[in-house]
Amino acid sequence: MGHYSALAVVREAFRDHRGWQRAWKSPEPRRRYDVVIVGAGGHGLATAYYLGKNHGIRNVAVLEKGWLGGGNTGRNTTIIRSNYLQDASAAIYEKARTLYETLSQDLNYNVMFSPRGVMMLAQTEHEVRGYRRTAHANALQGVETEFIGPGRVKELCPIIEVRGPRYPVLGALWQPRGGTARHDAVAWGYARKCSEMGMDVIQQCEVTGIRTSGGDVSGVVTTRGDIDCGKLGIVVAGHSGHLADMAGFRLPIESVALQALVSEPIKPCMDVVVMANTVHGYMSQSDKGEMVIGGGADGFNNYTQRGSFSHIEETVRALVETFPMISRLKMLRQWGGIVDMTGDRSPILSGTPVGNLFVNCGWGTGGFKAIPGSGWGFAELMAKGESPLCAEFGLDRFREGRFIDESVAAGVAH
Amino acid sequence: MLILTCPYCGIRCDETELAAGGEAHLKRFGPGSSDEEFEGYLFMRANPKGVHFERWRHAYGCGKWFHAARNTATLEVYGTYPAQVHEPPQEVLDAISTRVPGWRWKDVS
Ligand SMILES: Cc1cc2nc3c(=O)[nH]c(=O)nc-3n(C[C@H](O)[C@H](O)[C@H](O)COP(=O)(O)OP(=O)(O)OC[C@H]3O[C@@H](n4cnc5c(N)ncnc54)[C@H](O)[C@@H]3O)c2cc1C
Repeated sequence: MGHYSALAVVREAFRDHRGWQRAWKSPEPRRRYDVVIVGAGGHGLATAYYLGKNHGIRNVAVLEKGWLGGGNTGRNTTIIRSNYLQDASAAIYEKARTLYETLSQDLNYNVMFSPRGVMMLAQTEHEVRGYRRTAHANALQGVETEFIGPGRVKELCPIIEVRGPRYPVLGALWQPRGGTARHDAVAWGYARKCSEMGMDVIQQCEVTGIRTSGGDVSGVVTTRGDIDCGKLGIVVAGHSGHLADMAGFRLPIESVALQALVSEPIKPCMDVVVMANTVHGYMSQSDKGEMVIGGGADGFNNYTQRGSFSHIEETVRALVETFPMISRLKMLRQWGGIVDMTGDRSPILSGTPVGNLFVNCGWGTGGFKAIPGSGWGFAELMAKGESPLCAEFGLDRFREGRFIDESVAAGVAH
Repeated sequence: MLILTCPYCGIRCDETELAAGGEAHLKRFGPGSSDEEFEGYLFMRANPKGVHFERWRHAYGCGKWFHAARNTATLEVYGTYPAQVHEPPQEVLDAISTRVPGWRWKDVS
């Protein structure tokens, strides 16, 4: 498919850019694959990539009902951080963050990872105590974070009103190597490499049924015919419950809408990511200059990829108090994604009651940051039947009461 | 914007006046139940892309809990009814059946 490089850009400039090839093939589905992955979001594509790269399994298809990255991967606000409280979460999110650092080189595709720093504001005494605790936990986990005072917050992000009347900024949990990346590029970069390894990434191919024989998965029914497989990975975020239903089991997951919005582009005014969990909003500035804004999820089950206006109002109200200068910004676009929420707000990377059928889901409002780590671990789980990164994220944790409770550490949707 | 009619006070309320309470008609399991039953009751949820039954509370109104039959794929509301029942009333089931041909209540439970 051709190597991307500065030299290639120069070369193409001299021949009217006629030498660029398609970034990935669009093959017809074959009758059988060793591994079929349902869902070409970041997690599905990363799983396929590491199956090939780390485990030599390349007879793989990734089936997507819409277009590449058209699910939550292309709808999120791209915050990348790993300052979680529990050890199991820190391990997988930090693995992902570390992989993001060199992902552009690894994929030969510019994913625009920008470790500009992520700051989570503490606006109540409880939050101060909570974030201090997280900073200590992170120190033990080897994740670089620090609790900083309001003076430093103002220094790092001058547009914040730290003396807000209702919720003054008392400090923040600061992760200097957190940041953002280009969401589409993550999906496209992985897809291109999968295709290069000989895998089939098939768009416009919806899985409508799952076939089993003798308790093991044997294949899928799709809108483009039946496909047999040795192993099946379901990586469909908000649609996980729907696919589990096809295979005859239930998941501890509910699907709700989460929204984001962007403003008109303005001059650079903020070079960190700021999250305000108490007032429930977060913001960063894209390279194009738009302010990227997100907030809370709907409280009720929803598959419509539309959110409610009341949540936009709530989010914007909260942020105007924290960033008074945005009060006259025009908002350009708003959209929603269907996120898969688990009871403990941690993901599920697990085998299932059906043999050779694995699920990777439950990333909820915060799985973009995890894509490389999740793909790494889930590929290992699918290839070998076990993976240290995934061990704690099994489905049986709910029955056994071994929750990985991140609902406090991740108070706001992101 | 989601609008539901509270079956107690008859007020048409938008979602900002309501608190969502999750799946309705769950069977409660208590002491003496198996681990699987507890797990199902506490964590496993119907998450249909389509007809769904939910608990709602008229939080900023009469304060009462009620049930709603809704479609999660279209946001259509089929009806609301009091919470003191184990199954949706017949008229709600009929309303669903006319809108979603072939749908049956037993498919859900
Ligand atoms: C508004 C919003 C903001 C967010 N902000 C952040 C953030 O700042 N930071 C962060 O880390 N995370 C964030 N997230 C969460 C993050 O986007 C997700 O956790 C992550 O993208 C999930 O990736 P995925 O690959 O699992 O799912 P998806 O990208 O949704 O991919 C699943 C794919 O499966 C396909 N599919 C579904 N059903 C079928 C079927 N039957 N057959 C074939 N294909 C099917 C879908 O079309 C979809 O493309 C946000 C989410 C939203 C909605």
